[in-house]
Amino acid sequence: MELVKGTATGVEKEPEDTIFSWPHLFYLEFLCVIIVTALLLIASIYLGAPLEEEASRDTTPNPMKAPWYFLGLQELLVFFDPWIAGVGLPILIAGGLMLIPFLDINPKGKGYYTYSERKFAVSSYGFGMALWLVLIVIGVWFRGLDWNWYWPWENGHIHKPPATGLEDLPIIFARVLGIGQFAGKALSDLIVLGYFGAGLIIPALYFKNFYKKLGFMRYVPLAVMYLIMIGIPIKVGLRLVFSIKYVILTPWFKI
Amino acid sequence: MASSNREKISEWVKSTQIYKAIFRHGYEDTPRNRSLTTFSNVLYHLHPVKTRWESIKFRYTWCMGGVSLLLFVMLALTGVMLMFYYVPDVRRAYQDIKDMMTVVSYGTTFRNIHRFAAQGMVATVWIHMTRVFLTGSYKSPREFNWIIGVVLLMLTLLLSWTGYLLPWDQLALWAITVGTKMAAATPLFGVEGPFGVQLGMRPDNDVKFMLLGGTEVGQNALLRFYVLHCVVLPMLVVVFLAVHFWRVRKDGFSGPL
Repeated sequence: MELVKGTATGVEKEPEDTIFSWPHLFYLEFLCVIIVTALLLIASIYLGAPLEEEASRDTTPNPMKAPWYFLGLQELLVFFDPWIAGVGLPILIAGGLMLIPFLDINPKGKGYYTYSERKFAVSSYGFGMALWLVLIVIGVWFRGLDWNWYWPWENGHIHKPPATGLEDLPIIFARVLGIGQFAGKALSDLIVLGYFGAGLIIPALYFKNFYKKLGFMRYVPLAVMYLIMIGIPIKVGLRLVFSIKYVILTPWFKI
Repeated sequence: MASSNREKISEWVKSTQIYKAIFRHGYEDTPRNRSLTTFSNVLYHLHPVKTRWESIKFRYTWCMGGVSLLLFVMLALTGVMLMFYYVPDVRRAYQDIKDMMTVVSYGTTFRNIHRFAAQGMVATVWIHMTRVFLTGSYKSPREFNWIIGVVLLMLTLLLSWTGYLLPWDQLALWAITVGTKMAAATPLFGVEGPFGVQLGMRPDNDVKFMLLGGTEVGQNALLRFYVLHCVVLPMLVVVFLAVHFWRVRKDGFSGPL
């Protein structure tokens, strides 16, 4: 038994806000099944599922586009090595999504829509989803021959000259600052370290309450995931604006 | 006279042991029968007898979880239908699809439904995830169910990926070639990935080889993707779906308090 302050004995409001599943819920489900099935049938009658030429090793389609839901990954292949775009980032995305309930300890907004009570969570998720959608949109409508950028009004049958002049960041440093290759490499490594270091330390100092509430064990994975997510458009921007190919060079991998 | 005879017959049918063995309750509109309808039906009993008002609001759920399940069921049904006509042999797979589209009655429709339902399922699972995030429905005690949901999203994408190798058209060959090239670039487990060679990975023993059953996309790859697509992944989806729904049922609907 439980003691509750109040004038009425009916403290649980369950009796008033529930309805019988039969028929209310099942009618709706039935209606939903009919509508979706009808839409699917209509689509299947009026549109054809794509089927290309028989598989052949002699000709490679150009451009070779995956179905739309993988075009985000395919677009990332332009900017990252296959092990990052194809394996590393998908694992990080899946792992990051799984971590969400353990990193988000805000007790508000449980079971209802709210932006004002969980601005950080909603805006972060929105940012990630928007990034993914933008990559898909680029892949579907703006990529043509040789995976070059084609505006809708451009002739998609004319090849464009391949992108040239991409340089690695350490080499740019060495050339521009007139320092040795090793010093250039050390400088670019320092910048990347500084990005993650500053990204970890500054928010913790600036939003002290946020950090205290989260605790070290939650804050670090959250910050690292966040910095990697922001790092993707940064790397894309570096390449598009400054023609930088790699930022980190090691004998085993390049980023 | 006839109607009373009909009533008598219907009463007699309802009194037989066989009828009672199959149908456990009457159809009168009583609270008891409404409960029993939900409770004694194998498909309905996944639902609670009584539902919160909020859970049937379209504005709240967008019906996306249910539609994902519906599309999965449609995919299973049309997929079985396609399996009657399709042989995973590189010499005839493409022709089987062509036959399906020209010779088999409603073959094109079945194939189209399978393809569009697959695309739809990717979209609805994604929107379902977004809805669950925006309503904070993953918060305690539903953390683990969110994880299962992410696993189901991954399985949905893997089902799509293994599916489009099967028609053995140009998309199949080259998309899988690109996809498994990425697998070869897996750190540690792929021959071209960071630290792959250092760990003894070769083109004939790394993760790409395991996926393809060889070093390039060919007959073994087709058979492996066929078995993954038609047996392994759907079985995994069913297991995770069972846990997913059971958890939803036990944790209760997450609607506003």
